[in-house]
Amino acid sequence: MFIINWLVAFGKYIEMLGRVFQRPERLRIFFKRYYNEVYQLGIDSIGIVLLISLFIGAVICIQFKMNIQSTWMPSWVPGYATREIMLLEFSSSIMCLILSGKVGSNIASELGAMRVTQQIDALEIMGVNSANYLILPKIVALVSIMPVLVTFSVAAGIIGAYCTVYIGHIGTVRELTVGMQYSFNQWFFWMGVIKAMFFAFLIATISSYYGYNVKGGSIEVGKASTNAVVTGSVLILVSDTFLTQLLS
Amino acid sequence: MSVITLNIMIELKSIYKSFEEKKVLNDVNCIFESGKTNLIIGRSGSGKTVLMNCIVGLMAPDSGVILYDNENFLSMNKKEVISLRRHMGMLFQSSALFDSMTVLENVMFPLDMFSNESYKERKKRAEFCLDRVNLSDAAQKYPGELSGGMQKRAAIARAISMKPKYLFCDEPNSGLDPKTSLVIDQLIYEITKENNMTTVVNTHDMNSVMGIGENILFLYHGQREWVGSKDEIMESSNQRLNDFIFASDFSKKLREANE
Repeated sequence: MFIINWLVAFGKYIEMLGRVFQRPERLRIFFKRYYNEVYQLGIDSIGIVLLISLFIGAVICIQFKMNIQSTWMPSWVPGYATREIMLLEFSSSIMCLILSGKVGSNIASELGAMRVTQQIDALEIMGVNSANYLILPKIVALVSIMPVLVTFSVAAGIIGAYCTVYIGHIGTVRELTVGMQYSFNQWFFWMGVIKAMFFAFLIATISSYYGYNVKGGSIEVGKASTNAVVTGSVLILVSDTFLTQLLS
Repeated sequence: MSVITLNIMIELKSIYKSFEEKKVLNDVNCIFESGKTNLIIGRSGSGKTVLMNCIVGLMAPDSGVILYDNENFLSMNKKEVISLRRHMGMLFQSSALFDSMTVLENVMFPLDMFSNESYKERKKRAEFCLDRVNLSDAAQKYPGELSGGMQKRAAIARAISMKPKYLFCDEPNSGLDPKTSLVIDQLIYEITKENNMTTVVNTHDMNSVMGIGENILFLYHGQREWVGSKDEIMESSNQRLNDFIFASDFSKKLREANE
């Protein structure tokens, strides 16, 4: 039964994507909505991304410096580890898990509320492809703003690590800088960006699927919002495993 | 010999709809004429909303034929459906105005999507529609700032902005006081006459029935029970119809007084 339900949901998801990925009725209106979504989903998320990345960068640095000490471990390891963790996992996967909560619930509840108040029906009656009009700008906006968020997150993590040196005095600037520059592989940054863009697609489409297909009232909108976050997070974790192996 | 010609715009033939085992619509046949306010009445749960959803295509009936100007709606392809829907306007029970837009933007929305007119012309048309429903002062307000009656009027303005041939109203008076209900009914009636539209109104408000019911379809448990006009309804001998119309003590007393 579970498998049948899953297959039905997957079929509906693909069907919805088929309606979403069509040429917009009016490009002018599409771009207007795109800019609004970039602001709402992307620019509005910069604050939380910077805040979390800054502290995680600092904490990684402190953990390596204070708790993983060994005479065999070079002094530049905390800087090196902070950079690699931020680039490879935190700024792509973990940040997307956090955004899945913030952005995913936002999308699902917005579309769900539109469904239960018949605003989506109103669009359909007018002859508007509601899936294309409402969902496509969200997907394009989130996917296109994601490289910016990844860059901000990496930068904030590195700044956080430097804060531990300047404010916490747990090492020297030179040690940290040597670590940060040690054996840098540019591909790691692009790997993070590619992964984050894929996760952004998952967040936008899955939460849109749950919100767009709400039936009932406000309780169902709440459930859709929760389901969107849970399913989005699980799929990010699962696909992260495969993507990491594929891109490494 | 006189020949009676009906100006048929929407015709329903043998509409059936079930949800699992429950039959909601059972062999509904009806004709909705243009230039008239056609009412679908019945008790809650009688299938009014399901029938309207089938007519506008938000729900597919299990079987039957829905003809718009003799074209079968149910056998149209996607393009034809979209093309037909551009001639439809709908007033929803909840008004369904877009929260993130002002009233003017709401009314302009169908024009922005489908009209090739300049911005100035589109705005002029939207302002005319708002003026027609006496809502010019609220053009820059958001739906959340309006009363229920104002929201309905804004929704009517949006519904008529594209000059539709068909206007559908689902419970237009729900949640409104009797005086505001009269205003909405009168507006629907006047707009129907001005634009010679085919208007279908879904209601169980007896004031609407007696005020604007030119062609009335009474549904009982999903079946067509009675069809007629507001003048014929008072003289009907149909027991189920009478039970529905004279359900309130006030209307019962009114009838007794008339007798």
